[in-house]
Amino acid sequence: MTARVGTTGLVFEEPPIWERSRPGRTGFSLPRRDVPEAALPPGLEGEAPDLPELTEADVVRHFTRLSQWNVSVDTTTYPLGSCTMKYNPRLHEAVVALEGLRAAHPLLPPALAQGPLRILWEAERFLAEITGMDAVSLQPAAGAQGELTGILVIRAFLARRGERRTKILVPDTAHGTNPASAALCGLRPVPVASGPDGVLEPAAVEAVMDEGVAGIMVTNPNTLGLFEENLKEVAEIVHAKGGLVYCDGANLNALMGVVRMGDLGVDAMHLNLHKTFSAPHGGGGPGSGPLCVRAPFEPFLPVPRIVERPDGSLDLDHGRPLSVGRVHAFYGNFGVIVRAWAYIRSMGAEGLRRASELAVLNANYVKERLKDVLHLPYDRPCLHECVFTDRNQTPRKVTALDMAKRLIDYGYHPPTIYFPLVVRGALMIEPTETESKADLDGLIEALRAIAAEAEAEPQVLHDAPVRAKRRRLDEAAAARSPCLTG
Amino acid sequence: MKTLDELILPHDLRYTRDHEWARVEGDLVRVGITDYAQDQLGDVVYVELPEAGQTFARGEAFGTVESVKAVSELYLPVGGEIVEVNTGLSDAPQLVNEKPYDRGWMVVVRPSDPAEIGGLLDVEAYREHLRGIE
Repeated sequence: MTARVGTTGLVFEEPPIWERSRPGRTGFSLPRRDVPEAALPPGLEGEAPDLPELTEADVVRHFTRLSQWNVSVDTTTYPLGSCTMKYNPRLHEAVVALEGLRAAHPLLPPALAQGPLRILWEAERFLAEITGMDAVSLQPAAGAQGELTGILVIRAFLARRGERRTKILVPDTAHGTNPASAALCGLRPVPVASGPDGVLEPAAVEAVMDEGVAGIMVTNPNTLGLFEENLKEVAEIVHAKGGLVYCDGANLNALMGVVRMGDLGVDAMHLNLHKTFSAPHGGGGPGSGPLCVRAPFEPFLPVPRIVERPDGSLDLDHGRPLSVGRVHAFYGNFGVIVRAWAYIRSMGAEGLRRASELAVLNANYVKERLKDVLHLPYDRPCLHECVFTDRNQTPRKVTALDMAKRLIDYGYHPPTIYFPLVVRGALMIEPTETESKADLDGLIEALRAIAAEAEAEPQVLHDAPVRAKRRRLDEAAAARSPCLTG
Repeated sequence: MKTLDELILPHDLRYTRDHEWARVEGDLVRVGITDYAQDQLGDVVYVELPEAGQTFARGEAFGTVESVKAVSELYLPVGGEIVEVNTGLSDAPQLVNEKPYDRGWMVVVRPSDPAEIGGLLDVEAYREHLRGIE
């Protein structure tokens, strides 16, 4: 193979920032006091917070060094399945930093916030068009909150109809948050097993669907990276018994501009702007999980709703008696929504479709080039991600974890492992559309080299990573006795 | 990951298809997860168990076990009342990995219908079940 992406070099050690602290150090100087010193009223006195005392250079070096230990989408291919770690164009950062957006206070009256409101309004329209739905709430802060809001809306809709249903169907290839979101709303999740092809079979849904079921939560494409090709038929079965269809749209990156879920009978779905629409994604957020619904569910969406007045101006409407209420302060994570809006505007309809086509092409290319060395449990065309297992390597006592850790030594971020749960020893690779063929070939060659190492010298994989800043971390000890303070 | 031959499967236990074991101790049944289950889960980091006095039906989830890989439900091999819980697992969940049939046990049940014990797998049937999974 060609030269590795990862190579050895000087890596700086860096202590926790408190250890750099020295009494009296500071990053700025205050002007000399020109008023008499006055004591604080007694009630306001207390212990000072434990903040480190540092110069500006201390702070800059500290965080720059930490950033150099990081493996990120800005340094390498990041094929973390189910997470859509696509590159985040810098243009979006320029847009969100425009003063009119950056400095807009969320308490501005609508008359003085027409620009930000216009962006939110347009973002809602764009997302409705992409999903084939009628109305959108941008409030949910991330995917799981979008699910929760969606099920709250469905429950409120059913209650309005005078029905109290207690169960929800969740296929075994759905995201793990789905049953949790439904359970939070008081619904009991009923698991539905996927068929031998890895997709939902109408007969399996028919068997458990009855008048006590509020609906079904389908992740499409599912967690095996496969298109739920029977969704339309499944939706008809669920609708026939008065249930509703919720779609987890976290994997929409495979289908933008190709499939509109509204056309398949979906009543409500959420999107992940921090995945599909290219808002930054690391560090745990902030995210954004807009909820998109068909028209009958619009009255139940969170307040306030953005509405267009007859004169063309935008306003905030709080007078929605059927609304499930607020789910987020103000209007959602505004900065994330602006980045997604910028992405949609810069890509255009054709560009979004092209992005999805390339995401699917890239995943299938990786699948075809690796299936002779990595076991492929579902050998059929995939969408945006492909799922291998460690089955070929287990006779040599090499696991998915070992291979993932070894990939770090080759200069790539590991794929998702041990998910989805329906596949034992899973390695889930989602390359995204932003990786070129050369980038993908590098990743493929690295994984082929690792498969060869698993045969010839498995100990190398058990020891991995050996070239990273840190060796294999003791995840079990970290989980059993976590240290949560500095 | 252990091969089928490397797994420890005691002959005096009964088993479920969900990989729990059951040991009859007089009127009571002690329950844990098998060597296969702990090996598949990897390092166990947390075990959530019910309180003594709660009752569950056969096959009902009575707790969860969390490893570095995944969270899995625990299913009761026979229905009945929980009379004892292994509180030692809260400080030492690794016992499930180290001693799955001994100090890694989870609950003791007073079966509401002792006949249910007869419906559990013996070691040969469980081994056959594992062969089917492999």
